[in-house]
Amino acid sequence: MATRVVMSKLSPTMEEGRVLHWLKKEGDPVESGDVLLEVETDKANMEIEAMGSGILRNILVPEDATVPTGTLLGVIASEDEDISAILAEAEAHAAPSEEAAESQKAAGAEAVPAPQPTSPLQTASPAAAAQEQAEPVEEPAAQAPDARRVKASPLARRMAQERGIELRLVGGSGPGGRIIKRDIEAAATGGAPAFKAVSTELGPEPPYERVELSQLRKAIARNLAQSLGPVPHFFLTTEIDMGRVSELRSELNESLEETGLKIGINEILVKIAAQALLEHPSVNVAFAEDHIRRFTRVDIGIAVAIDDGLITPVLRDAAAKGLRQISTESRELIARARAKKLAPEEYQGATFTISNLGMYDIDEFTAVINPPAATILAVGAIREKPVVVNGAIEIRSRMRVTLSCDHRAVDGAMGAEFLATLRRMLENPLHLVL
Amino acid sequence: MATKAEGIKDPYDLVVLGAGPGGYVAAIRAAQLGLDVACVESQSREGGLGGVCLNWGCIPAKALLESASLARRVKDDAADFGVRISGYELDIGAAVNRSRQVSDRLTKGVKYLFDKNGVMPIFGRGRLAGGMQVEVNLKAGGSSLISARSIIIAVGSRPKTFPGFEFDGERVISSREALELKRLPERILIVGAGSTGMEFADVFNAFGAKVTIVEMLPHVLPTEDEEIAGVVSRSFKKRGVTIKKDTAVKALDKFKTQLNVTVEGPGGDEMIECDLLLMAVGRTPNVEDIGLEGAGVQLDDQGWIKTDEFNRTTADGIYAVGDVAGPPMLAHKGSHEGIVAAEHIAGVAAHPVDRHNIPFCTYCHPEVASLGLTEKQAREDGHDVKVGKFPLSANGRALTAGAPDGMIKIVADAKYGEVLGVHMVGHNVTELIAEAGLGRALESTVEELASTVHAHPTLAESLMEAALATLGRPIHI
Repeated sequence: MATRVVMSKLSPTMEEGRVLHWLKKEGDPVESGDVLLEVETDKANMEIEAMGSGILRNILVPEDATVPTGTLLGVIASEDEDISAILAEAEAHAAPSEEAAESQKAAGAEAVPAPQPTSPLQTASPAAAAQEQAEPVEEPAAQAPDARRVKASPLARRMAQERGIELRLVGGSGPGGRIIKRDIEAAATGGAPAFKAVSTELGPEPPYERVELSQLRKAIARNLAQSLGPVPHFFLTTEIDMGRVSELRSELNESLEETGLKIGINEILVKIAAQALLEHPSVNVAFAEDHIRRFTRVDIGIAVAIDDGLITPVLRDAAAKGLRQISTESRELIARARAKKLAPEEYQGATFTISNLGMYDIDEFTAVINPPAATILAVGAIREKPVVVNGAIEIRSRMRVTLSCDHRAVDGAMGAEFLATLRRMLENPLHLVL
Repeated sequence: MATKAEGIKDPYDLVVLGAGPGGYVAAIRAAQLGLDVACVESQSREGGLGGVCLNWGCIPAKALLESASLARRVKDDAADFGVRISGYELDIGAAVNRSRQVSDRLTKGVKYLFDKNGVMPIFGRGRLAGGMQVEVNLKAGGSSLISARSIIIAVGSRPKTFPGFEFDGERVISSREALELKRLPERILIVGAGSTGMEFADVFNAFGAKVTIVEMLPHVLPTEDEEIAGVVSRSFKKRGVTIKKDTAVKALDKFKTQLNVTVEGPGGDEMIECDLLLMAVGRTPNVEDIGLEGAGVQLDDQGWIKTDEFNRTTADGIYAVGDVAGPPMLAHKGSHEGIVAAEHIAGVAAHPVDRHNIPFCTYCHPEVASLGLTEKQAREDGHDVKVGKFPLSANGRALTAGAPDGMIKIVADAKYGEVLGVHMVGHNVTELIAEAGLGRALESTVEELASTVHAHPTLAESLMEAALATLGRPIHI
């Protein structure tokens, strides 16, 4: 029985993938589970495994070629099996899709495939849902408290639980935003508002050199075009005295020396931002066309520069975690981000993002919001500078941060109040022990 | 001479046509939201407001039913309860007078509420005059053209009858005349065993008339759960009311001394002699001569004004609420639609009325109250149905009140325990349905109804027990 090797859809936004390299050659024997090839997707490099055993009879897509998901990449079969029918089928499919690719190239910017709306529903498997029900005490931090804070009818709760729908991701249409039966029914049938493709009109063309877009670059372009264009941004900047945080960090690291753990400024920022967001839930939001999602958990995305762009691994429920855990987890996430080994659920769905360019000696900048979140914090370098304190000039460690806000969901005063809390906490970092 | 030449004044934000429970509630809600509101009313009695409900419907009818209840208690129960009464007399005229006093007090109350909220009442007959204008033939004489930014039509409905059974106001009457009887004839025939027919049958029976009621459909209170209707039917028969089901009226012969009504039932034709014929066969919307067509307000196939979930008609800026916008023709349905329309006009978040959460109440004895799907409808809709019942004969409070007849029945979906319908029959159950309504509105399941602590001894405990019964674990049966 022949086995098809296809370009699988490895993430919800993936529409095409590039074959990086084949680990097996035509004629190699393969076992089910063997890694056959490596594929570059819009967010990460991933491996495709053999789903059956036999001989890798044909490789149909060469290295470096980009093909849509679902394309047949190769065929595994026994040595003498007739696979001509499968090959003919592949050829028949290949012809129109190549044409389509050509016409896409010709059309330029407008032909960027319409981004597929990512479903806001993280649908857990029924088994997982059942387990939650059976052992509610096992994971108190993760599920139970969130579920209690969401306004939802008893019926909606039961339906959501049974269907594995996370309530906090569902918009409520009842009085006061309460989630009711029809919201669960709508969510179950995929009610996410579709994004509109943005078309760009170009003037007379200046000469240029054509650089092919990597999958990651395409994803960045797609996501950020969803941002500055449709999202009305505004920016709030403030300067924070980082003297006490720096001292605290040195002390912490001295006391942690034996454990080998080191706490970075970024991790302190994550922790304090998460706490400040708990005090300002109106900033921990997303604008969802007909409603605003006020998240009841703080999931902080950390912008990480990688070879070919950037990615934002997400530290879930950051407010509930201690510095030590934040430090361990974020280091691990960042390491895997740089190795392009993040799974989609590890870099999607941040409720707030921190982008720090301090290490590049940037004093201050504005960051572009990464939808669907409504805010992003751009962090500059910490500088020693003269500051007037109580009428005298002192040298202090100062850091400038800029909050970008989606004005559809967040107003100036809301953002400013959040920044004030953030500054107060950073300047009095004893909050960290709470 | 009436003239339009006065010129058009500044427009009102909202003009409401009709001051019944749909219109006056809409007007007050809109005024609360800061709109400048006028309410045009043509039929009010002595400057009062409130429409059919307060003047010739719900309120006076319930006042008469209260008299009927007292009469029955004196006759049947008082001695048992240790109160011996001799030489009492029944006086329908006095009962009617009392009902009028209650009605007057409430209609004046609506006028007070208008004053308090700054709603301008305009007494006269209003008519859409094209664009966003309303022409009012003032009661005081002359006419006035007023402009509006939005209009709510809440002109209600009136009793209807069959051809050959035209109302004469004396012997062939509607509920409206029945509410103002000065004396009670000996033999009364009521056509229609819906809530109106059953309520009047109850009153006339209690005051000593010989009552016959005919219903075309197979059971009384045709919209109610069959099992519930059966309890009422048995109780009526025990008290001497003749009920003819599956029976239609065919012909009416009026004689000087009596009326002969020919009916056709399962046993063939039959002639019923009576002195008074009450036609309680439904109501028809007041859509004539109010300028609907010119304003672009369309009717649906049944002749009601076509509306969407926010009660918008097919004409921009014009809304319709209450009976005129279609059944169920209930005051509370009209009032809630009035609120939805007012809030929609004012631009605040409005939540459309959920048709499945409108309670139905009939105030005959025993009372009937219901909400949502009947057991039959639930099964027809394909639900995996679980039914829980609790008889009032097992409820302590019902026994102390001397009212063991009745039951509470919950129709639930087996899968999530969703409450699909609640059906009640018995003493004071019209006061109990609110809990079921809140439960449905909050989307409670039978679990929540069952686990809510209910005071003892109350009739309401029976609802909890019925919920427990759907879960297979009632305590008291």
